[in-house]
Amino acid sequence: MSTSLETTTIKLFDYAGEFAENKDVAAKLRTEIILPNLANSNRVILDFENVGNTTQSFIHALISEAIRQYGIDVLDRLLFKSCNDKVQSIIGIVTDYMQYEG
Amino acid sequence: MKIHIPNSAFLGNINHFLSRFDPSEPEKLEVTAHDKWFWVHPVVLSMIAALGKPVDPGNITCSIAAKTGVYLERMGLYSFLGIGSGLNIEEHEAAGRFIPLTQIKTSDDLSRFLTELVPLLHLEPEHVEPIQYTMSELIRNVLEHSKSPDGAIVCAQYFKKTNTIRIGIADRGIGIKASIEGAYPVDDDLGALGKALTPGITGTTTKIGGTAQNAGAGLFFIKTIAYVNQDPFFLYSGSAMYKLLKRTGSSITLRANPFNDRHSKEANMPYWQGVAVGIDLALDTTKEFSGLLKIIRNFYFEAVKENKDKKTRMRKPKFI
Repeated sequence: MSTSLETTTIKLFDYAGEFAENKDVAAKLRTEIILPNLANSNRVILDFENVGNTTQSFIHALISEAIRQYGIDVLDRLLFKSCNDKVQSIIGIVTDYMQYEG
Repeated sequence: MKIHIPNSAFLGNINHFLSRFDPSEPEKLEVTAHDKWFWVHPVVLSMIAALGKPVDPGNITCSIAAKTGVYLERMGLYSFLGIGSGLNIEEHEAAGRFIPLTQIKTSDDLSRFLTELVPLLHLEPEHVEPIQYTMSELIRNVLEHSKSPDGAIVCAQYFKKTNTIRIGIADRGIGIKASIEGAYPVDDDLGALGKALTPGITGTTTKIGGTAQNAGAGLFFIKTIAYVNQDPFFLYSGSAMYKLLKRTGSSITLRANPFNDRHSKEANMPYWQGVAVGIDLALDTTKEFSGLLKIIRNFYFEAVKENKDKKTRMRKPKFI
């Protein structure tokens, strides 16, 4: 993890490995890094370099609460770096269904 | 409890195996098998191992002929039950053939298991991905929702003739109905299976989008992987069983309601305390995983777009 003035970057591979599926890890990153930084109006970059695949459950545990707390416009401050097609699709699924107005 | 292994018990004909299961007297287990030969799906072994795990080995009888017992020995059933097979067999390298019965009780157990899975299966990445994905989501469901002290019991086998990986996962936890009832009223076990397979329904909340930790999408994803790849999928909990049958034709239409898919169901099976899941992944027809995810994403996108105020723009994540 590297921090500048306004941006915190989380290298997912360092925490979750090539197949990012451990929801306990996602919950820890959410509560200890992502939400506190967003609460301080910082920008968070989730860097998926070297992550080959992930699960919907992992991505949900990582980002859904941020969307719920700050609204979908949090996507201006919550960015996704170096995602392959599969990771992009799963992030897209989660951000789509978090916009469902039930 | 009494359970009998017939000649053949795969997802297509598993009803016969299930119908002979006797769940009475849970402090005892009697396992019998066809005396000449049998050929069964890994979910059969996962279920028997899950049944026997909490039973005192002194109360387990396993009347199985030596010839057929070799297979059970190699899959690790006897050691799971804490009983000796009396067999002295030569161990073969497991890689590329099977994943023996494995107990997974923690999140870290699962992460280790998924990593070790890759070299064991000796498969191309495009085949490993749906297998890893399926096992991760199904086993995490057990760890998070089942409240089973023994966790998940898992095994898998590669069948060369059909070029198929067959996976079985069983637990003896609270079952799907008790889990779903945490948030939704359900009439019976079959109704609970229907709810569990519907996207957006989780036993943890009625809120759309779920909780911070659960969205209620995991089983829908697994059912969809099976549907798109034309693989069978089996889910059994309480007195109910749902079986997704291979889709016919080339068109792919994802449906939120699992009872609108081509399926079979039973509402009055012998009572299974917990959940058993079986899935076959035919490697010849496995669709590229990224293509499969695009199909699922399109399903969600259309559902959300349809539900939204027409003036409201859908936001997209920013990939940099």
